[in-house]
Amino acid sequence: MEQQRSLSGSGQSPRSPSSQPYLSVSVTDPVKLGNGVQAYISYRVITKTNFPDYQGPEKIVIRRYSDFVWLRDRLFEKYKGVFIPPLPEKSAVEKFRFSAEFIEMRRQALDVFVNRIASHSELQQSDELRTFLQADEDTMERMRSQETGIFKKKPADLMQIFKDVQSRVSDVVLGKEKPVEESNPEYEKLKHYIFELENHLAEAQKHAYRLVKRHRELGQSLSDFGKAAKLLGACEGQDLGKAFSELGAKSETLSIRLQKEAHQLLMNFEEPLKDYVRAVQSIKATIGERANAFRQQCELAETMKLKEINLDKLMLTRSDRVGEAEHEYKELKAASEEATRRFETIVRLMNEEIVRFQEQKTQDMGLAFYEFAKGQARLANSIADAWRSLLPKLEACSAA
Amino acid sequence: MMGSENQGFEEAHLFASREEMENLVLDEPLSNHTNNHQNNNSYSNYRSATSSLSDTTHHPLSPPILATPAESDPLLSPPLYRNPGASDNHSYIEPPSYADVIFSPFDENSVKEINGLDSPSQSSESSLSLSRSPSSSSDYIKITVSNPKKEQDTTNSLVPGGNTYYTYLITTRTNIPEFGSSEFSVRRRFRDVVTLSDRLAEAYRGFFIPPRPDKNVVESQVMQKQEFVEQRRVALEKYLRRLAEHPVIRLSDELKVFLQVDGRLPLPTSTDVASRMLDGAVKLPKQLFGEGNAVVAPQEVVQPAKGGRDLLRLFKELRQSVANDWGGTKPPVVEEDKLFMEKKEWINDLEQQLSNASQQAEGLVKAQQDMGETMGELGLAFIKLTKFENEEAMFNSQRARATDMKCLATAAVKASRFYRELNAQTVKHLDTLHEYLGLMLAVHGAFSDRSSALLTVQTLLSELSTLHSRAEKLEAASSKIFGGDKSRIRKIDELKETIRATEDAKNVAIREYERIKENNKCELERLDKERRADFLNMLKGFVVNQVGYAEKISNVWAKVAEETSGYAKDSS
Repeated sequence: MEQQRSLSGSGQSPRSPSSQPYLSVSVTDPVKLGNGVQAYISYRVITKTNFPDYQGPEKIVIRRYSDFVWLRDRLFEKYKGVFIPPLPEKSAVEKFRFSAEFIEMRRQALDVFVNRIASHSELQQSDELRTFLQADEDTMERMRSQETGIFKKKPADLMQIFKDVQSRVSDVVLGKEKPVEESNPEYEKLKHYIFELENHLAEAQKHAYRLVKRHRELGQSLSDFGKAAKLLGACEGQDLGKAFSELGAKSETLSIRLQKEAHQLLMNFEEPLKDYVRAVQSIKATIGERANAFRQQCELAETMKLKEINLDKLMLTRSDRVGEAEHEYKELKAASEEATRRFETIVRLMNEEIVRFQEQKTQDMGLAFYEFAKGQARLANSIADAWRSLLPKLEACSAA
Repeated sequence: MMGSENQGFEEAHLFASREEMENLVLDEPLSNHTNNHQNNNSYSNYRSATSSLSDTTHHPLSPPILATPAESDPLLSPPLYRNPGASDNHSYIEPPSYADVIFSPFDENSVKEINGLDSPSQSSESSLSLSRSPSSSSDYIKITVSNPKKEQDTTNSLVPGGNTYYTYLITTRTNIPEFGSSEFSVRRRFRDVVTLSDRLAEAYRGFFIPPRPDKNVVESQVMQKQEFVEQRRVALEKYLRRLAEHPVIRLSDELKVFLQVDGRLPLPTSTDVASRMLDGAVKLPKQLFGEGNAVVAPQEVVQPAKGGRDLLRLFKELRQSVANDWGGTKPPVVEEDKLFMEKKEWINDLEQQLSNASQQAEGLVKAQQDMGETMGELGLAFIKLTKFENEEAMFNSQRARATDMKCLATAAVKASRFYRELNAQTVKHLDTLHEYLGLMLAVHGAFSDRSSALLTVQTLLSELSTLHSRAEKLEAASSKIFGGDKSRIRKIDELKETIRATEDAKNVAIREYERIKENNKCELERLDKERRADFLNMLKGFVVNQVGYAEKISNVWAKVAEETSGYAKDSS
């Protein structure tokens, strides 16, 4: 599923100002590799682009599910405030892990995932995405197995300070266990909306999934009924018998039609709903990050104030530790400002993201509804046509 | 039972309120139609039909059904009903494509007598006018069972303190002159129905007599009284109506008495088991010791050997049947009608296929039911989402989405209703399979009447040959003695007497056997004809129903597709 998206205002290439920058990705060709418990599915990821840092115009790499997870995790850590596109679920019931339907659903979802990243103005610029799309398989494997978090090569000082602050402040200063929270009524509203939305969506998705099952069951029952009608027709014989046989045949035809529609329903309606639920869960994770950032900002501000007071005290007593304290204070001030910056970035990004999210979801749902309605109408028409074709024959029977 | 049922009538009502459903206001509870009430006689029928799967649509013009309205067969409405409302709703009924499917009523109708049934096999086009085939205005019997009442048994009570039982009001309307009156009712208890059934079985051997409802002893203990009584009421009504459909049985004395004569059903000489056993026990020693009337009285021959009364006869016939099965020689008279044997095998095959088809039909009905339910639940979930998004909307994109969701939800709810209606109709159509499966029991009964009559003939024939050879031996022995042997001669005379009586019995038995064979033949022909008509009816009804509802459902979704077509994946 290729999506050609011309991306405006991003990655302008000085070498070719006339050609529009583009980045298009597709995830294709699932192949089962490995044996037994270690078996997994690998995908071909094809990148077509004219971005300067990329090996254009086309590059193909092989990736597996855990590579996608790596990409998602890295982006989540780095781009706090952005709603990182959701991934399809990690574990599946063992039995279905390699069923054709599951594999296809996952492939489709992964394709959507990468494309959403590729069309996001910030995320598409990331090193992580470039690595994911371009690195050879060995490099990818190395990156994937690297430890993350505290041992990152980022400037450790700020991170260190953050970590220290967290432990110290919560012990000494705060005393109380209750975490500090924003008192922003609009944000409260948003949080409440997101949490409620997940519940409603989950229910809708549950019924959508059941509906898929019902289609399958109806198909099965039509098949069984058709067979029985045929046997009865063979027994009855003559024109009545023929009528039964034809009824049976039509019934079996419709059974196949229903199974097909069940699959369509799964891919075009139930999956988008599931995707919607995942997206909301991703937003919840971002909400969590924002809360963390807010807490850190508060805590650092508190600590900084304390340090200031302490410094003043030391200056008054002309202690020889003033220099040291001054240095520490400067560092804390920088950290505090950084924390504030980070928090404010998250807030800004979230505000942008929520608008984009709502619009995107209206599009996604609109399309899903369209496909659903079209599918149901088509199915009903097939059913009507099939049964209607029997009527002249039945007429002939009764006229005889 | 072998009459067909009018489904067109039923469908007329259901198609009438399409406008109404499209005007569904979602904020109201979904079953609330009152705002959209159309002054339409069929409306009440429509409502009740949509509210549950198997429903009664008690037509307002039919005779008041007292008490429990539940499950009297909605299709057996009085013949003269015309749906005035339907013509008003002409524009609301099926889309034009349906008109192509108009067909005229079955011609088979004119052959069958209609018992208060509307002209069967109407196409749904008859929604506009219930044209009935001309013959349907002739003979009819319409039976209704209602008004169960608890009563006290004051006589013959073995249990001190009396025991209670239920009686049912049985109302008959008919224009058949033999009944003497056009409307009458009696109160009957279940025991009377058992008696009726037994009497019919005796009198109409060889006929396909509809089987009576089960005694359901266990159920009567376990179920709630109300539920059980209602279940029984429905079963009784079905049974009596089936009897009334049978061209021969409907005119029987037994049925007439049952329907008309008040008071206890007259009992034959010995119906209760106790006296039967006594009868048999009294006769047996005499029979065994060869005295007195060792011969089956001719009039008894027309009944199969019953336990208790005819122990000796039973023994003899059993011996005969064993001889038939395992003996080296063929019995004197054999079921020689090859056509019949083939037919019998075919009936068994038919029964098997019917059973299978009936089972799968049930599966289909369940699947349709589930589909409708889940569709409805999906719709409701989206309605909730719609409300939620509207309440919490901070962006226009949310409001747009809410509108889309409402569109989908409304359609899903409508589709759900259609599935349920479709299913209610499907049940009625495919019920024909169940009905004929039930009739197989009656067919087996008729065939076994024939077998036991044949066995009686065979038994008598072999007895005759035994008697003859005994007589020969005696004569041969007696002739050797000059002047005759007084005692032997007496014995020979007695033997000759016995032979004569046995000859008579044999002739009666043969006549009975032939009679039953003839009944079988007629009934088989009738079964073939009626079954063909009923099944064709069923198929047509089923198919027409499926087409109609598929079209409606398609329209519902086509609208949604149109409204959301803006989102379609175009080459952007």
